[in-house]
Amino acid sequence: MANTDLDRGSRVLTQKSKRYSIFSLARNAASYHQNWQQAWRHAEPKPAYDAVIIGGGGHGLASAYYLASIHGMTNIAVIEKGWLGGGNTGRNTTIIRSNYMWDESAGIYEHALKLWEGLSQDLNFNVMFSQRGVLTITHSEHELKGMSRRVHAIRLNGIDSDILTPAEIKKRVPTINISPDNRYPVMGGFLQKRGGTARHDAVAWGYARAADDLGVDIIQNCEVTGLRRNGGQITGIETSKGFIKTPKVGCVVAGHSSVLADMANIRLPIASRPLQALVSEPIKPILDTVIMSNAVHMYISQSDKGEMVLGAGVDKYNSYAQTGSWPIPEHMVAAAVDLFPFLSRLRMLRQWGGIVDTCPDASPIISKTDIKGLYFNCGWGTGGFKSTPGSGHVFANLIAHDRPNSIALPYSLKRFETGYLIDEHGAAGVAH
Amino acid sequence: MLKINCPVCGNRDETEFSCGGEAHIARPIADNKLTDTAFSEYLFMRDNPKGVFLERWCHTSGCRRWFNLARDTISHEIIEIYPMGQMPKTAKGKKAYQANWRRKSKAEAASKPAKRNIK
Repeated sequence: MANTDLDRGSRVLTQKSKRYSIFSLARNAASYHQNWQQAWRHAEPKPAYDAVIIGGGGHGLASAYYLASIHGMTNIAVIEKGWLGGGNTGRNTTIIRSNYMWDESAGIYEHALKLWEGLSQDLNFNVMFSQRGVLTITHSEHELKGMSRRVHAIRLNGIDSDILTPAEIKKRVPTINISPDNRYPVMGGFLQKRGGTARHDAVAWGYARAADDLGVDIIQNCEVTGLRRNGGQITGIETSKGFIKTPKVGCVVAGHSSVLADMANIRLPIASRPLQALVSEPIKPILDTVIMSNAVHMYISQSDKGEMVLGAGVDKYNSYAQTGSWPIPEHMVAAAVDLFPFLSRLRMLRQWGGIVDTCPDASPIISKTDIKGLYFNCGWGTGGFKSTPGSGHVFANLIAHDRPNSIALPYSLKRFETGYLIDEHGAAGVAH
Repeated sequence: MLKINCPVCGNRDETEFSCGGEAHIARPIADNKLTDTAFSEYLFMRDNPKGVFLERWCHTSGCRRWFNLARDTISHEIIEIYPMGQMPKTAKGKKAYQANWRRKSKAEAASKPAKRNIK
C-alpha cells in the first residue's frame, strides 16, 4: 500500500528531450543511437557549496538526489575518490528486503522498500527492481522457534512475512534439496514476497542522472584528504583537487568511514571487513526466488543474465583490499551445493569483495557528530544495498534539518554510550 | 590465505586462528570515574586503520594461545608477531601503536592504577 505521506522527491528530468521513454528509444534508434545525451556531467569542483556529500555510491548519490529534489538544496556536490558506484554499490549480491526484527529496523528498511517500489518511475531509470520474493530457510527446531518469533515481530510492524513448510518451499523452489538426510535439513522457512533484487549499478546511475539533472555536481576521481574545522564547526574539505568550502559535510563512504572519521578525530565502532561474492556461468532460468540460509550460510539468486549470484559471511579480519580470502567462498559453495545439488555442475566465473563497515550491533549509524555540520551515514555493514533509497532519504533529511527524524533517531552514534543497541545480527543473515 | 607463524606452534594457515580485533585495549580499573562517553571508547570504539593494524589473534585449532600481530590491512603483509603483553618492536609496529587515538583516550588513562603510597 503506497504511503501518500512519503515525499519521494520525484521532480526530475523535466526536459522532455532528456526523459527515457519508448519514444526516446524509437527516436534514437532512428539516428543509430548516436545522439543519446550524457547521463551526467563530469563536473569540476566549485570553490564552495551549500553541502557536500563524500562518497559517490548508492547511498551518497541517493542522499544528494533527495537533498536536491525534496529539500531544494541544489548547490551541492558529491565527491567520489574513484568512479561512482565503484565501491560496495557495485559489489553486492543485490538482495532487497525489510524483514528485520526490531521496530527501529522495520522503520528504516521498510521505508527503503517503499521507496524501491516506484523508484524506477521516480528516477526515470530502470533499476530492474524485481519483487521475486526472499525466502529464508530454517534448519533446526531452535531456528523454527526463532523464525516464528521473527515473523510475528515483522507482521506486527505491518510488513509482509509468511511461514512456509518444506513442501511449500519445494513447490516454489523445485531445485532445492529438502531431503531429511541433509546435514542441515530444510525444516521450514519464511518468505517476504515484496523482497527481491535490483540492478545495483543502475541504482547508482539512476540517482546520479537524476541528481545531476537537478544541478548537483558529481565530481569523480577526487579524494578527500582532510576535514577542515573552525572550532566546533566544519568549514570545508581538503581534496586532491583543492579546498572546497562548505558548512555541511555528509560522509557516506562505507568501509572507509574510519579513514574519514580520523580526519576529524571522530571515533567510530566500525571494523572494515571483506564481504565476498561469487558468480557462476549463466544458465537458463532455474531459480526465481532469493534464497537465504543462516545455518548453512549462503544466499543465492539468479540474475537476469542467468548467472547464479552467491554470497556468505564476512572474512574474519579487517581488510581494505576488496578481495577476501579463499576459505570463505569454499565453505560457502560447499553449503550451497548441499541445498542446491545442481550447483555442483556450474563453473564459477568471478569472485570479488567489497569493504563492509560492520558495527557491533549489525545496525547502521545515521548521525550528527560533535562537530557541527559534520554528519556520518555508515555502519551498514553487510546490509547496505537494500537500504539505499531509505538511507539516502533520511540522511538528506538529517543534513537539511540538522536534526534526525524518527526513522534516523535510533541510529545515532550516541547509542554506543547509552547502550541502546539495535542487535540485528540474526536478521543480517550474514555471519560477522 | 594468510600464513601465520604462531609463536608456539609455528607456521599455520589462517583457518586455524581466530582474530580478536584491535590489540592493546586496556580495561579501565574498577573504581574509575569515567563518563559514559569515555567508557564507550573502551567498550565499542575501535581503531580501524587503512594500513598497519595491531591485532590480537588466538590459535584456536592449535595451542589456543593468544599473541599480537602487526598487519597491513591493504597488502595483508604480516609485519611482526609478538607475545601477548608485550609491545611491537619494528618501526612500523611502534608507529602504529603510538598513532592510535586510544593512547590519548581517558579510558586508557583510567586503566593504569594510581600510584599508591605504601609505607
